[in-house]
Amino acid sequence: MIEIVSESRCIRCDICVRVCPANVFDKDDEGLPVIARQQDCQTCYLCEIYCPTDARFVAERASGPVPVTEAQIEAAGLFGSYARALGWSRGRAGGSDRDPTMHIRVAQV
Amino acid sequence: MTDDRRRAGPQAETDVLVLGGGPAGGWAALAAAGAGARVVLADKGYHGTSGATAPSNTGTWCVPPGEARAEAVERRWQRTHGLADRRWMHRTVDRAYANLLQLVEWGYAFPRDDQGNLYVANLRGPDYMHFLRRKVKAAGVTILDHHPALELLSDGDAVTGAAGLSRRSGEDWRIHAGAVVLATGGCAFFERLMGGGGLTGDGYLMAAEAGAALSGMEFTGKYTLAPHDSSLNKGLPYRWASFHRQDGTPILDSKGRPLTNGIGGTDHELARALLDGPVFARLDLAEPAMQDWLRRGQPNCFLPYDRRGIDPFTQLFRVDLTAEGTVRGTGGIRLAGDDCATEVPGLYAAGDAASRENVTGASSGGGAVNASWAMASGWFAGAGAARHARLRGMRRAAGQALGQAGLRPAAAARPVDHAALVEALRAETIPLDRNFFRTGDGLAAGRERLEGVWAEIRDHLSAEGAERLRAREIASVAASARWSLAAAEMRRESRGVHRRADLPETDAAWTRRITVSGLDRVEARPDFPATQAQERAS
Repeated sequence: MIEIVSESRCIRCDICVRVCPANVFDKDDEGLPVIARQQDCQTCYLCEIYCPTDARFVAERASGPVPVTEAQIEAAGLFGSYARALGWSRGRAGGSDRDPTMHIRVAQV
Repeated sequence: MTDDRRRAGPQAETDVLVLGGGPAGGWAALAAAGAGARVVLADKGYHGTSGATAPSNTGTWCVPPGEARAEAVERRWQRTHGLADRRWMHRTVDRAYANLLQLVEWGYAFPRDDQGNLYVANLRGPDYMHFLRRKVKAAGVTILDHHPALELLSDGDAVTGAAGLSRRSGEDWRIHAGAVVLATGGCAFFERLMGGGGLTGDGYLMAAEAGAALSGMEFTGKYTLAPHDSSLNKGLPYRWASFHRQDGTPILDSKGRPLTNGIGGTDHELARALLDGPVFARLDLAEPAMQDWLRRGQPNCFLPYDRRGIDPFTQLFRVDLTAEGTVRGTGGIRLAGDDCATEVPGLYAAGDAASRENVTGASSGGGAVNASWAMASGWFAGAGAARHARLRGMRRAAGQALGQAGLRPAAAARPVDHAALVEALRAETIPLDRNFFRTGDGLAAGRERLEGVWAEIRDHLSAEGAERLRAREIASVAASARWSLAAAEMRRESRGVHRRADLPETDAAWTRRITVSGLDRVEARPDFPATQAQERAS
């Protein structure tokens, strides 16, 4: 589930509020997205890759929250790690032309 | 579209209203707009991220035209346990291929194979849906994000629109339409699947309230492995898995061999092993080259490992079988025409909202056929809806709201424990010993319990403002569960992803589909046997 919106990384662009398919985020008075309905998070990780500043972290546990701090995620280099693995950058799509899944599908049979 | 229009208030009018913004909804909107219709696409979430495809990486059933296609269809048909329809399979693969070529023409960034040819038989979900949204917008479709539909409108003989709410503002909307396409996805029965949070069978309930029937609802026994307590129900890496107990003891299959390949025909064995106790996997059959392809090709699958600090190629990790309802299962709204019309005039269904039996029969269809089905059925439905809207014209004045359970309780509204209802519904549709291995007695007892749950929902569940969405989701899952168990009880045999522990054999007399309908009273009836049905059609 979504665990962290990094206040220092966030540029208050609103994109996560708009693109979250489960409507998990609200904006606070300063325009900062806040995790308003964490239990509705479907752990799809898409808010991470749509974020232009890699300001969020989704933990892998689907059924409930886990204790984790921004400092831990920063130290582990996990902010933006899924976007980098896909080839997305600054919230922009990219990298599907380098997807090697065809080799997996050939070998899968 | 402009923000002004998005906030334009509760009444609007269009030719085609598409409900749902996964791939089927996107392609439906494109087909309808291409046919000259004014189109509104209302998504419960955000068109581009909502649904099961967006967070995934899916193969497609991609067969170019030519002689090999007939063979490919025949080979696939052999895997559908006699319930698919070759003609539908042909037209599905044909339309899906045309749509894939359309993506090429539009410049979607497909990869190239070793010979330098574009490889179009795979679509990376986040990129595909991001791209599709841009095309839908460019086609002039009005996209309403976070605008779930709650109910259909009808003038007494045809569906004439839908009504719902804006999750951001809590305000109501009502759109009158010449035709409506339900592309609302399948029902995941509240299992936390990748992208499955919003897949609560909403379209099934809305369609049934309008008088449509469903089919194939017994084929909800498809399960896929996922790392324990994760959302990653993606089977592909398990092709290279071995399975163990926590202490490292290999799990043996029924023939005494170590259990491997979690996407082959081993799901029975895995289900039995899981009923005995926790199961652990290791992807140790993947050679280094495959490890690299898996990591770079399926990066979502590695998020749980990387975030738990596990190397899945060398370390054991716990796995579950996650229930996939009609998302990777098969049932849905029964189609009555080649244009994905339902039995209700003005109402069309596509993707997982529609029964996929025409192309997958009693099997799952995995990702590939299902992705192609979404593309093709979306296209058929959008074109059909546009045609219907053009022939019928607008009759704006009419429009009775049809929503019942969860919206307009039959008796006095009173506080109802949502969490308890969710647990009661999950208890009948998720556990392996109830839904993977079914029995006649178990299904009968389950149906009785579900009648109690349904009575509570029908009579008392109600909500205000944005909370109405949750109430309707619960009602939709409850209705879907009742149809699923009714069909499963009627099908007195095992076939495909419907497994009766008390009736393990396939019975040729049951090479026929089962139609379910009704809300207050659920009715199940066998359809014509498959051969007769095909003769009728020809």
